[in-house]
Amino acid sequence: MNVLTACILIPLAGAVLLALRPTLSSRAARVAGALFASVPLVLLGVVWARFDPAGPRFQQVIDIVWIPAVGAGFRLGVDGISLPIATVSALLFVAAVAYPLDHRGKAAQYAAWVLFLEAATLGLFLALDLLLFYVCFDLSLVGMYFLVAIWGHADRERAALTFLLYTLAGSLVMLLGILSLVLARDPVTFDMRLLMAEQRLAGDSARAGLTLLAVLFGLAVKTPLVPVHTWLPAAHVEAPAPVSALLAGVLLKMGTYGMIRVAYAMMQDSFRQYAPVLAIVAVVSIVYGALVALGQGHIKRRIAYTSVTHMGYTVLGIAAAASLGAGHEDAMRLALNGATLEMVAHALITGALFFLVGSLWQRGRSFEMDDYGGLASCAPRLTAAMVVAAFASLGLPGLAGFVAEFQIFSGALAVHPWLAGVALIGVVITAALFLQLLQAVFFGRPRGRAPGQPPERASDQASDRLARFTDLDPVESAVAGVLLLLTVVIGVAPAFILDLIDAATTRLLGLG
Amino acid sequence: MPVAHVAPALAMTLGAVVCLLVALSVPRRGQWLGAPLAVVTAAVAAALAADLHRTLPAQRTFSGTWALDGLTAWATWTICGATALVAMLSPCWLSTDRRHGEWYALLLFSALGAILLAGAADVMELMVAMLLVSVTGSVLASYHRQSCMSAEAGAKYFFLGALTNPLLLLGIVLLYGLAGTTRYAGIAGALAGNGADPVVITAAVGLVLVGLAFELGAVPAHPWVPDVAQASPAPAAAFLTVVPKLGALAALARFALLLPDGGVPWRPLVALMSVATMTLGNLAALGQRDVRRLLGWSSVSQIGYGLMAVVALERSALARPALVTFLVAYGLANLAAFGVVISLRGRTRLQDYRGLAGLRPWHTAALILALLSLAGIPPLIGFTAKLALFGAAIDAGYAWLAVAAVINTVISVFYYLRVIVPMMLRAPVGTAPVDAKPVATLGHATAAVGLIVALSTLVAGVLAEPLLASSISIL
Repeated sequence: MNVLTACILIPLAGAVLLALRPTLSSRAARVAGALFASVPLVLLGVVWARFDPAGPRFQQVIDIVWIPAVGAGFRLGVDGISLPIATVSALLFVAAVAYPLDHRGKAAQYAAWVLFLEAATLGLFLALDLLLFYVCFDLSLVGMYFLVAIWGHADRERAALTFLLYTLAGSLVMLLGILSLVLARDPVTFDMRLLMAEQRLAGDSARAGLTLLAVLFGLAVKTPLVPVHTWLPAAHVEAPAPVSALLAGVLLKMGTYGMIRVAYAMMQDSFRQYAPVLAIVAVVSIVYGALVALGQGHIKRRIAYTSVTHMGYTVLGIAAAASLGAGHEDAMRLALNGATLEMVAHALITGALFFLVGSLWQRGRSFEMDDYGGLASCAPRLTAAMVVAAFASLGLPGLAGFVAEFQIFSGALAVHPWLAGVALIGVVITAALFLQLLQAVFFGRPRGRAPGQPPERASDQASDRLARFTDLDPVESAVAGVLLLLTVVIGVAPAFILDLIDAATTRLLGLG
Repeated sequence: MPVAHVAPALAMTLGAVVCLLVALSVPRRGQWLGAPLAVVTAAVAAALAADLHRTLPAQRTFSGTWALDGLTAWATWTICGATALVAMLSPCWLSTDRRHGEWYALLLFSALGAILLAGAADVMELMVAMLLVSVTGSVLASYHRQSCMSAEAGAKYFFLGALTNPLLLLGIVLLYGLAGTTRYAGIAGALAGNGADPVVITAAVGLVLVGLAFELGAVPAHPWVPDVAQASPAPAAAFLTVVPKLGALAALARFALLLPDGGVPWRPLVALMSVATMTLGNLAALGQRDVRRLLGWSSVSQIGYGLMAVVALERSALARPALVTFLVAYGLANLAAFGVVISLRGRTRLQDYRGLAGLRPWHTAALILALLSLAGIPPLIGFTAKLALFGAAIDAGYAWLAVAAVINTVISVFYYLRVIVPMMLRAPVGTAPVDAKPVATLGHATAAVGLIVALSTLVAGVLAEPLLASSISIL
């Protein structure tokens, strides 16, 4: 069996097996789920080790006849863009299964849905067939819907429904765009490599513009870009923490990955034409996301809005790379490399942040910043991890986020200096909002009170709670440790991943 | 006359007569014998249709009154398959009715009418087929003689048919007046000529559309669908929301191809009917608190999607695969959903589905698969159908129709979730230990039929190639 096929089928098989054993104990389900989820991680590690940046553009390719009547096939393959994203996704899935969570008596079902989501996600990132890509895009919605609706917080059903309807509407509009692209020329095919080579809508201005708009709309909902981001805060707030980590770390990447893989690669002419508009939308998302995040007292919502900012950086990088033309080859590569690396970095960093916020909830049963304070004294490991993650997210040099954002801004300054300048405001605000968060939750004095309690008893209550506050357990420490270690490694020595990405972006931009 | 060309229809007739004779002669405890007889008859008819399809080229036979082509073959297969499934779902449901042998004869006669609808190449034959489906259908809908609700459903079906069938007849008379013949070949020739009055042609086409809309359950002749789905015997609801529609959609596709592209604006007319049907069906389904009624409205909206294939005929190579895939997808998913409902003894109030996932996991899984397929979630067959339908509409220059279908699909997910959510996320009603008795069902056999049909939506969706490939040249 092809390695990449195994990456999809093994989690799927695990999902079916676990779904058929609903009475499994919580511990057994976590262990079994983590085992199944880690198989793709190991396999993708092997693929990474064997990947030859100088070799063919797509490697480990498999191309099986599926529905030749419409030119669709079961086609998988990796390049330097999809491999890092798929690998980091696989890592987050292992963490999400293993991370402690109140499973509400349905531990096996939870693990099954996470594995199902893993299969769909990896299918999307590894697909070389546009129909397969779309199928996985939709299936990820189904998996995420049930994860939020069953294991979420108080208002979970509404949040899950909003998420589902919103992103489904986006994906269906994208389907129309995909169909318009695919049907533009005979013979009909969904083979991504052919579609990239043919540029089927080049020169057809009105239809090409509408098609690109449809595809970008679907992807923008998923990314999410302002103004179609409104499903995001609700979904993030209501989802259980490991699922929030998956949502931010993995599912949002589908939007930006699709922009590179589908929108840009298959419709280069139109994308170049409309890239400045996309850049403006990205900058609006960056600044708006940062400003709204700054106003949130709810920790999870605050971090959720920083995702809007960070995904805005990614889109800015993509748009910058696409707007540039001959003579700016280095800036184009910088911007696109940065955008790709930002996806990996954001997955690690925001994944870690959401996992840690989940740990905070398990202990304090609150997401309000005002209910915490002074946790550094009783939970040093949690504090340390959160501090590293927050600094990584605000772009401290030496950590992964900085490497990515530095490249994006270097590229963007070459083409849209004013826009890049405005976007830098986002960086400043992000720094402020994370420092404020750290200060309120981990330093200073314990604060907060239980609902309905008179204020004068607040300090007693808070010190009580602080006394019962335990530090991270081994699994939590391991998850946070691995994610943050990778953040540091990429921040200090990014060559191992950048070489891989660069090989792919060079070819995508037609420079190699 | 080449009698062998109508062998499937003859087999159905013969099987129905045998069923009737068996019902008359066997004792009450043997009345279920009709079910295996009906299944065998449907299988034989389907096999005969397959043999004809394999050995003969597409042609109009029987002096030009009967179309023998891929569309007739696919319609025959789907109708026979659906009839066999309904026959399998029936015996347990009807076991309390001690004289239900003739039920199976009615099913077969009605299916015969649907097959004739699909294959008719003569407007008089179309009319006869229509009447056969309508008459048997109203008996099936009101089969529970003691139930007022069932009688009401049957009456609604009957009276609406009594209104639309004369309209169809009027359209046919106008066409006959224009063309001087009832054969499709002659009508096509006459309409393509310049002599005919465009107003009369448009009126005739409009009347035929309304007449067919009745069996399609499409706007403006749709109001019987929710009532029949809710109140007629559940196997009759499963049958009537699927089989006549399959035949009528094929008949509409065949009739549409007679019309010259330049003259009557039939594409916009059918497109309008499509949008109105899907939108009305969806909006009406949103507020339902009754699962069977919800499924009825959903089946109205589904036909709206199916009409997109008719709009795109001859304009897009995808239209024919889309039509056939839709017939299969809709039939499987709707029968699976009703199969689960039948297996749960017709349980119909939405609140009674609370917590079903814990009590009846297999029923829940089957129903969820069926609803997701209706919603068009990949990789189920419903998605394949929608993919082909959207593609055909875009290809045919009806992108706005595809956009309308997308909006409707999002709306439809909302009400399909209204069924899924209580099953998956709510606790069962009556949590006291005394009340926590198992949900009553009709036994394993009926449940297995529902589950197998539901799983086949997944299998057919993943392995859609034969379906799409073999239907590219069906007309």
